[in-house]
Amino acid sequence: MKLTGAEILCESLTRLGVREIFGYPGGAILPVYDALGKSKLHHVLVRHEQGATHMADGYARASGGIGVAMATSGPGATNMVTGIATAMMDSSPVVCITGQVSSKVLGSDAFQEIDITGITMPITKHNVVVTRAEDIARTIREAFLIANSGRPGPVLVDITKDAQQASAEFNWEGSAPKLPPKRIRNNHDQAEFDRAIEMLNTAKRPIILAGHGIMVSGAMRAFEQFVRAGNFPVAMTLLGIGCFPANDPLNLGMMGMHGEAWVNNAIQEADLLIAVGMRFDDRVTGDLRTYAKSARKIHIEIDRSEINKNVQVDAALVGDAREVLERLTPHLQTCDHTAWVRHIAELKGDSAVRDIQSLPDNGHLYAAHVINDIWKETRGEAIVVTDVGQHQMWEAQYYHHNRPRTLITSGGLGTMGFALPAAIGAKFAKPEAEVWVVVGDGGFQMTMSELATIVQEKINIKIAIINNGYLGMVRQWQEFFYDKRYVATPLVAPDFAALANAFGIRGERITKRAEVVPTIRSARESAETVLIDFRVEQEDSVYPMVAAGASLSDMIRRPNNPLVETATEP
Amino acid sequence: MQTLVAYVENKPGVLNRVSSLARRLAINIDSLTVGPTQNEEIARMTIVAHTDERGAHRLEASLEKLVDVLLAENISTRALLERDLALIKVSADQQNRPHLMELIKVFRARVVDVAPESLIIEVSGTVDKIDGLLEVLRPFGVLEMARTGRISMTRGGDLLQPPAPDPTNSELESTGLKAT
Repeated sequence: MKLTGAEILCESLTRLGVREIFGYPGGAILPVYDALGKSKLHHVLVRHEQGATHMADGYARASGGIGVAMATSGPGATNMVTGIATAMMDSSPVVCITGQVSSKVLGSDAFQEIDITGITMPITKHNVVVTRAEDIARTIREAFLIANSGRPGPVLVDITKDAQQASAEFNWEGSAPKLPPKRIRNNHDQAEFDRAIEMLNTAKRPIILAGHGIMVSGAMRAFEQFVRAGNFPVAMTLLGIGCFPANDPLNLGMMGMHGEAWVNNAIQEADLLIAVGMRFDDRVTGDLRTYAKSARKIHIEIDRSEINKNVQVDAALVGDAREVLERLTPHLQTCDHTAWVRHIAELKGDSAVRDIQSLPDNGHLYAAHVINDIWKETRGEAIVVTDVGQHQMWEAQYYHHNRPRTLITSGGLGTMGFALPAAIGAKFAKPEAEVWVVVGDGGFQMTMSELATIVQEKINIKIAIINNGYLGMVRQWQEFFYDKRYVATPLVAPDFAALANAFGIRGERITKRAEVVPTIRSARESAETVLIDFRVEQEDSVYPMVAAGASLSDMIRRPNNPLVETATEP
Repeated sequence: MQTLVAYVENKPGVLNRVSSLARRLAINIDSLTVGPTQNEEIARMTIVAHTDERGAHRLEASLEKLVDVLLAENISTRALLERDLALIKVSADQQNRPHLMELIKVFRARVVDVAPESLIIEVSGTVDKIDGLLEVLRPFGVLEMARTGRISMTRGGDLLQPPAPDPTNSELESTGLKAT
């Protein structure tokens, strides 16, 4: 059967199980859009191509499948760069399809020509230019295979306009991926495995560092069995949140820069770290010279280049988290770490008392209260998509996730503007799920044009703007480390509720704590998108905190009474 | 200095991906040679990099993550044969020519071009040997020089071969990604 390249692309995407494409048309991709119109694929028109990539990313993270973004050549393609880098840093399987000028004029600085494969080489897992219609089906199949195998990541396929227009024989069976053969590495020898078992069975103060890889691998059940068999307490990275139920007594919560001090202290006192699907990011370790000095380390990781990158480990088990954990669990002897777990509980000390949730209402509205109330009202079952900054850390601290893929956040790249478009993608992936956006007033203004996409697509998400009138996290750093010189952090914003109304979305503004819960309830009852502008305390800070480059043992603790005290230096 | 060998797909852009990766890891490449292998679809690279063992591990493991790289291996600690080839144009007049010829003989180099005022000397061997010849040629006046960079091969039965193509495409099966 003869089809045009554009038709082959649409047919291939359909056969690969794609339902939605997030994109923006333009000259060099027009043949594909013409074919899209005749296909069963649903195209979501975004308002900026960065939004398309974040939507595809949010779709991928919520579903575990592959998100697809599409743009034209030149500026359409370059607008995708931030979203591609975001997906790369967080190992998210996104396939980006860009139009390119005709192969005859490649390299001639034609209108809207840009070397997008050159630009995205370091921020994609793989990218490729296609100049012939007959190569499209195979290339797309290869792109899907690469994006979601091993350690997932974004793949960009750049298709010249003449390849979209030309006709070729469409032969699906004959277009199976033909990737270069790879050496099958003997990932870890028996001695390494035995050494890990010995460490696991002899540790007195073990702690698991649970990362995103557990979710990516679909290892939640294997992980839980491993945890139970070994009675190991679990600390999570930001992206690891959800891999193990927050309400489990063995779950300590998030570690690192804004983890609870007692969690970080437990890591510092541990005699064994069991790192699973995490990469010892600097936000997790603090100063490497003082990091977990008395602990031996086991690293379970699919990406061999992560081994010994930041932290030297004693046993490296390179492989898929689920496979490795399933191999390890039967070898665990009955381990009783009750004393150690009790000791960690003692490390908590008065942290809970100092917690803002424990303090009486003083008339001010705190972000932590808002997020905690969203958690309670949604019974912890919503998919929460956050932006980057203070609200992101408060979300990680005060929204307790019991299920995987329910916290979607930009971790590695820390991309402001991620939340709103990523939430749209997540809603398409999980139409039945309740999706909440938790976003700051700064990040929201970066991609708020996607409100129009929400209206055009008639989707129902709830948007909570944690509005403190500052670029809050940067302001906090200025408060702590730059003598409160608030340069370029005070932020003028529009009236967000009125803005929402202008888009045709219901908007609310909340200034008092008593209004929080009723407004959340009423928003949840609505079948349409609701935006709530929470005017929270302006100069509130995220506690506790490890200053950048400081030791994990050296945390800036919560003030005794954050409602009356201001921050003090450590 | 660390030596890595990589087998890569012999197609446009692969050299760029490899060198771009080294740049991203802030590893300075001392020399990088590429040439075809007995299989024309596969090229072999020898990469000599200014880094330590840990950096070489990162480079090796990161290279293998590239789709177009079939295999990458740090062979620095293995028994190696290494060769570099240089063409050196040196100024030579009637008087010093006999002396030059003596030196060339000692280094087992050879003269491949003779002109009234200069000679081109071809020399191959280890980097040290070529550096040594260069040192003694300097006083005569080195006019121009081209070096290939190092190629390396492990000795004897220590084989480093590209992985064979997998006709079953087992990787596809293992990911569970199937066309619907």
